[in-house]
Amino acid sequence: MRVRLSERLAGEIRRHGEISYPEECCGFLVAKEEPSSEDGTRRIVRVAPMENRVEGARGRRFVILPDDLRRFEDSLDGTDEVLVGFYHSHPDHPALPSRFDQEHAWPWYTYIVLAVDHGKAGELGAFELGAEDRRFSPVPWAIERGNPPAR
Amino acid sequence: MGKGGSNIGPPTELLPPMSKVQVRVPTPLRAFTGGAPVTEAEGATVGEVLRGLVRTHRTLEKHLYGPGGELRNFITVYLNDEDVRHLRREETPVRPGDVLSIVPAIAGGAPAEAARTAGRPAPLVRVAAGEEELGPPLTQDQLRRYSRHLLLPEVGVTGQRRLRGSKVLLVGAGGLGSPAALYLAAAGVGEIGLVDFDKVEASNLQRQVMYGTKDIGRPKLEAARDRLTDLNPDVTVRTYDHHLSSDNALDILRPYDVILDGTDNFPTRYLVNDASVILGKPNVYGSIYRFEGQASVFDARRGPCYRCLYPEPPPPGLVPSCAEGGVLGVLPGLVGTIQATEAVKLLLGIGEPLIGRLLLFDALSMRFRELKLRKNPDCVVCGTHPTQHGLIDYPAFCGIGPEVDNANRVPEISPEALAARLAAEDPPLLVDVRNPSEWEIVHIPGATLIPLADLPQRVTELARAREVVLYCHLGGRSAQGTKLLLELGFTHVSSLTGGIEAWAQKVDPSMAHY
Repeated sequence: MRVRLSERLAGEIRRHGEISYPEECCGFLVAKEEPSSEDGTRRIVRVAPMENRVEGARGRRFVILPDDLRRFEDSLDGTDEVLVGFYHSHPDHPALPSRFDQEHAWPWYTYIVLAVDHGKAGELGAFELGAEDRRFSPVPWAIERGNPPAR
Repeated sequence: MGKGGSNIGPPTELLPPMSKVQVRVPTPLRAFTGGAPVTEAEGATVGEVLRGLVRTHRTLEKHLYGPGGELRNFITVYLNDEDVRHLRREETPVRPGDVLSIVPAIAGGAPAEAARTAGRPAPLVRVAAGEEELGPPLTQDQLRRYSRHLLLPEVGVTGQRRLRGSKVLLVGAGGLGSPAALYLAAAGVGEIGLVDFDKVEASNLQRQVMYGTKDIGRPKLEAARDRLTDLNPDVTVRTYDHHLSSDNALDILRPYDVILDGTDNFPTRYLVNDASVILGKPNVYGSIYRFEGQASVFDARRGPCYRCLYPEPPPPGLVPSCAEGGVLGVLPGLVGTIQATEAVKLLLGIGEPLIGRLLLFDALSMRFRELKLRKNPDCVVCGTHPTQHGLIDYPAFCGIGPEVDNANRVPEISPEALAARLAAEDPPLLVDVRNPSEWEIVHIPGATLIPLADLPQRVTELARAREVVLYCHLGGRSAQGTKLLLELGFTHVSSLTGGIEAWAQKVDPSMAHY
């Protein structure tokens, strides 16, 4: 699985990470239902910022409540869009999944992690969880110039 | 009652009625249910419906249930529009036509420990920062002496004053300790401690460059002090003319910022490791054999320790020392200077330390290789639940001293006999009980990897084999595994004498040693 993200959407994630600093931000990644290309590349067409629902310690934790998730998925019912993953930020920490991330992750979804270093957006990383071994591995990904393709 | 009653289990009269309900599966799990977003399952309660679902789709189980059989805590189950936690949880009864939704809670976050380090690792040793800690300004003599350091922005005047205020302990003043001590003294490390009790011998001079011909017969510490203070009079040399032992190690190591392990024997190497872990100090490790060398930085606070790499020492006598096997004289020069480099980096807080990496060097092919080392969560001194909190009897741990009692002996097979058995028509099942990192270095073709710690859980995999042979690095762990299998009722089980090391010597000389 490869992931493609337009420069504009990467910018939205970065901005969300910066304005949330020193707290973690989080949100949804949306793609079109069909794989966007023959090699199974997943092209993100929209990101949806969500509220971090952690009580306390929002500097190093995020939670998207099941109810928020269910409502968001319901909103996609009947459209050609699907929820394909999540993004969140790591304030002052590298763009690598933490053990906590791994323990709470799901296979199939794409996880994008953004490092925010002293309020400034840094590296992005994309990962997915192995269905068998429940371990994260990096996903090849690229930022495309210009806007997301319209279909 | 019980219209959907099954013929399995207790009489249906006692149970609530079975109902067919729809289950909405989240996208990531649809791959395990044939792609359908909604599937059907039967049961009387929420818990039964879910259990029924995983019975039909086995691979779903580990995503929905934890190892103890409990529903994973980051899964929420909705019955129609209600979170079942607000109802009767898994006991909640279901009715025909109900819709169950499995909804993942999505959570994550940065690690709690060592968090704020993006791009700027915190120093591994206490690094002097304030004016007072750095001591007096450099003198005119020191400015001249260290000018090539001062030109490097990464060192500079502040770095040089840091080195002057720091302390390194060298355990062993031989092949590795000689170049390390010379370069550390030249670099201006303020205090160098040396532990050794040998006298200089003629056979040392081929590689122990701290000593000269005139020193033959002198205690090494005396000769070393002369040489190091001649090289750099600023350096304070402290000498410890003892065997490092469990009684004195903590006191000797405590005042130092970095420990440099230049020992040539296993009891001392484990002692230095354990004492460094206990005191929370980086242990710069090096070892040499014939044409090959190894180096790493063990710092249990940030990575693996020596025991994570080698949980057990080899049986005594199996790995020849340099005295037995020989060593290319230049080799300790290379490895010792790598150790000195790492020590200086740690003291200055610059660069990327050799933590979690084992550097392997072969002088004949002139190649460096690097292996990734992982912290062993089961490590007895630095793992998640350490069982050893102090120092132990290291000579006994390494099997040097009182005879090993016969009660612990297990059936063994020699490398030659194993080679013949493997070539036979009914070869035994060969099981490698080492760690995966050791397996990656080298393993015997055809073997199956089952680390010793996993053996009890995976013993069923061996049940069908008529004969089992276990091997490890040097024979210790495979003996333990053999003992375990004998206790479990296996009859045709044996341990490869001397482990893969003996196999490499006797059967397959092309194999890598480690």
